[in-house]
Amino acid sequence: MKLLYFAKIREILGRSDETISLPSNILSAGDLIDYLMDLDDIYKTAFSDKKFFIAADEEFVEMDFIIKNSKEIAIFPPVTGG
Amino acid sequence: MIKIRIQSEAFNIENEIKEISRSKLNGATVSFIGSVRDLKSENLKNLEIEHFPKMAEKVLDKTAQYAFKNWNLSQCTIIHRYGKLKVADPIVLIITSSPHRKEAFKANEYIIDFLKTNAPFWKKENTEKRSYWVNQKN
Repeated sequence: MKLLYFAKIREILGRSDETISLPSNILSAGDLIDYLMDLDDIYKTAFSDKKFFIAADEEFVEMDFIIKNSKEIAIFPPVTGG
Repeated sequence: MIKIRIQSEAFNIENEIKEISRSKLNGATVSFIGSVRDLKSENLKNLEIEHFPKMAEKVLDKTAQYAFKNWNLSQCTIIHRYGKLKVADPIVLIITSSPHRKEAFKANEYIIDFLKTNAPFWKKENTEKRSYWVNQKN
């Protein structure tokens, strides 16, 4: 699965995207966040303040969204455009 | 007609308004321009705008489509810039046209308010001393 990061989260992680293979027990967007946070402390730093949004294939989704059929998951801070 | 552009280069406001108000259906055209403002405590060197291209395009398009139907617009233009901008540079342009002014005003306000909280753009302020990401305000 392809993961995309933007803005402050991209800077903390030091990368704008990566491709990872997820274990079969990772079902929801929330599971993915927990999985990443267990994987490496850098994700804990990026996500621990819980100030982030998730988009699956360019649509905002909640933490309980099932990501099985998604091609691309983007994780980013609250938007500040306009 | 809906026109959506996401670009780094400046836009020509006069040309955009001329283009939209040429239609015979437009009794009212409202334009909103959001620009880079200086900071109170220190001088802003530049403002960097990052975006998620594919999703930003989708969100702007959906927002325009919704406003178009909901307020009976005849035309709607949204242009949002990205990259490094300086103080007073325009960031976003929203033009809404409709037969009557109330709809054009309401639609325009809806679009900018919605974009502020839903369109994937992020601002980073660079001053002489530091750089930081802008926090979301209501």
